[in-house]
Amino acid sequence: MAHAGARGDSIFGGLALAATAFVLLVLAGIALSTLIGGWPAFARFGASFVARTAWDPVQRDFGALVPIYGTIVTAVLSMLLAVPIAFGIAIFLTEVAPRPLAGPISAAIELLAGIPSIIYGMWGLFVFVPFMADWVDPWLAASLGRLPVLGALFSGPPLGLGMLTAGIILGVMVVPFVAAVMRDVFTLVPSALRESAFALGATRWEVVWHVVLPYTRTAVVGGIFLGLGRALGETMAVTFVLGNAHDFNLSLLAPSTSIAAAIANEFTEADSATYLSALIALGFILFVVTFIVLVFAKLLLLRLARQAGR
Amino acid sequence: MKRFTTALAAVLAAATVAVAPVRAQQVTGAGSTFVYPVLAAWSDAYSKQTGVKINYQSIGSGGGIAQIKADTVTFGASDMPLEPARLAEAGLVQFPLVIGGVVPVVNLPGIEAGKIRLSGKLLADIFLGTVKSWNDPALAALNPGTALPALPISVVHRSDGSGTTFNFVDYLAKVSPDWRAKIGVGTSVSWPAGVGGKGNEGVAAYVQRLKGSIGYIEYAYVLQNKIPYAVLENAAGSFVAPSARSFQEAAASADWSKAQDFDLVMTNAPGAGAYPITATVFILMHRQPKEPAQTKQALDFFRWALGQGQEVAAKLDYVPLPPTLVAQIEAYWQASFH
Repeated sequence: MAHAGARGDSIFGGLALAATAFVLLVLAGIALSTLIGGWPAFARFGASFVARTAWDPVQRDFGALVPIYGTIVTAVLSMLLAVPIAFGIAIFLTEVAPRPLAGPISAAIELLAGIPSIIYGMWGLFVFVPFMADWVDPWLAASLGRLPVLGALFSGPPLGLGMLTAGIILGVMVVPFVAAVMRDVFTLVPSALRESAFALGATRWEVVWHVVLPYTRTAVVGGIFLGLGRALGETMAVTFVLGNAHDFNLSLLAPSTSIAAAIANEFTEADSATYLSALIALGFILFVVTFIVLVFAKLLLLRLARQAGR
Repeated sequence: MKRFTTALAAVLAAATVAVAPVRAQQVTGAGSTFVYPVLAAWSDAYSKQTGVKINYQSIGSGGGIAQIKADTVTFGASDMPLEPARLAEAGLVQFPLVIGGVVPVVNLPGIEAGKIRLSGKLLADIFLGTVKSWNDPALAALNPGTALPALPISVVHRSDGSGTTFNFVDYLAKVSPDWRAKIGVGTSVSWPAGVGGKGNEGVAAYVQRLKGSIGYIEYAYVLQNKIPYAVLENAAGSFVAPSARSFQEAAASADWSKAQDFDLVMTNAPGAGAYPITATVFILMHRQPKEPAQTKQALDFFRWALGQGQEVAAKLDYVPLPPTLVAQIEAYWQASFH
């Protein structure tokens, strides 16, 4: 009997290992094949491929700086919007809202996560872009655009399309993911801790800031980076509202492109080997950027853990 | 049990009989998205008449060329002709199937369709970003009596590679030495100005939403979306609106007889009433096909499409090829496939 149990255990262990190995193999396979596919571009343009702004399919001259910049700027903008809102939602649901209200609101937020990104893109283009063009962009250009240094970020004609619009749409898309993670971990805080703090006379804000957040911060950071990962790779919605222009522009009101949008737009008609390879190289770069973000998240978590230990 | 076996055998026999002809009667094609609506309509009408199904995937002209070269489809469709040398190298034949036009569309408050005139050079300067405002003196000189607003010009182009772009920039390069030197010709180019929309519908949506914008889309989308268009000055010096007639005049005035394998881009055609950015969709097939039966079926289909099928095409605002060109295509088939 004991023997059979040991055998069952080793089979189970083997299956679990196989499942893990499968994911790792797929991961390595994708990384390797995008690297091989993109190699002609890296070989031709050298390491400066990531720092050049050229994107000329006729002369077969390519550089990845504009898509990289567009990807990172829109993702960062989306997090600036999404994190405070998601935090507010999670606090409201776990600390403030009466129980009968919390259920329906949670469901509504989960529904937001289920909307396909193409719908966000269409809504962005048909409803949000005209709003930005008529109201927000002109106002930003007339107010912040006049400041000496900051002004460069808010200059240019009010197209409505551009990095700011894309960042806001991405932010809305990411909110439900971050909010769901935050809400789930906030509910895991033992009520004994929370009630002790209240018993000591802490206000609601003090409980959240000094008890709930420290207890859950690793998971909260994890949730934020999950959202950031999604924002970095989002394709359809961004394609609709970013403007798809390969021009380097500091202004957040100017159109740009992102790695995922450039690949989705141009892959089918990439008519030369160099062009195709430049697009695959972009795919590899997105892979690397996402990897760097995850490593950064891990390091941040380690530092937080060390600080908490002190 | 015996009865069951007999029944099973009968079902299997019926299934084989049913499956075999279906497999033989499948013709597959891939390529140009421009031709997809009319090919789909043709395929539907044709399969009702003959039982032959045409299975077409609109994956883009570049994809169509790659697929026919790899011999995974019976025919490929491209908005851009291949040179005879490249055709010979791949063992392909090429002929035109439908024509259409690429139309500059604008969003100018108070200005209706056809009420603004552009010359080819001016269009090139706008897309180069050197003419930046709608009240530019060059625009005013072409449009006396039209109150042009003092709006900045927002250029809208395609973000994806496209045969539409190829025909548009081919025209710009023919009429503007600046464009030829700085930008060149291709299914996608390095745009000096503006924003990119995905597909004809993307460009149409951007133009409808951005005040002071100008873009270029296929004629069928102009009609569907009712977007104001600009009239263009052609090579003969007259201003022409896009229409079935002006496209056909361009096709008739282009000198197809001298173009080997129909390697001719019809833009800037010489005819007096010719629309300057008239585009052609080309079909690519193997000269010595792996499966001759399917190639023959495809040719029967194209023969039908160029004859009876034109009525269906006209309903979708595609323009029939002029009769002289159809006769040339028939002669080309005779010479290519014996």
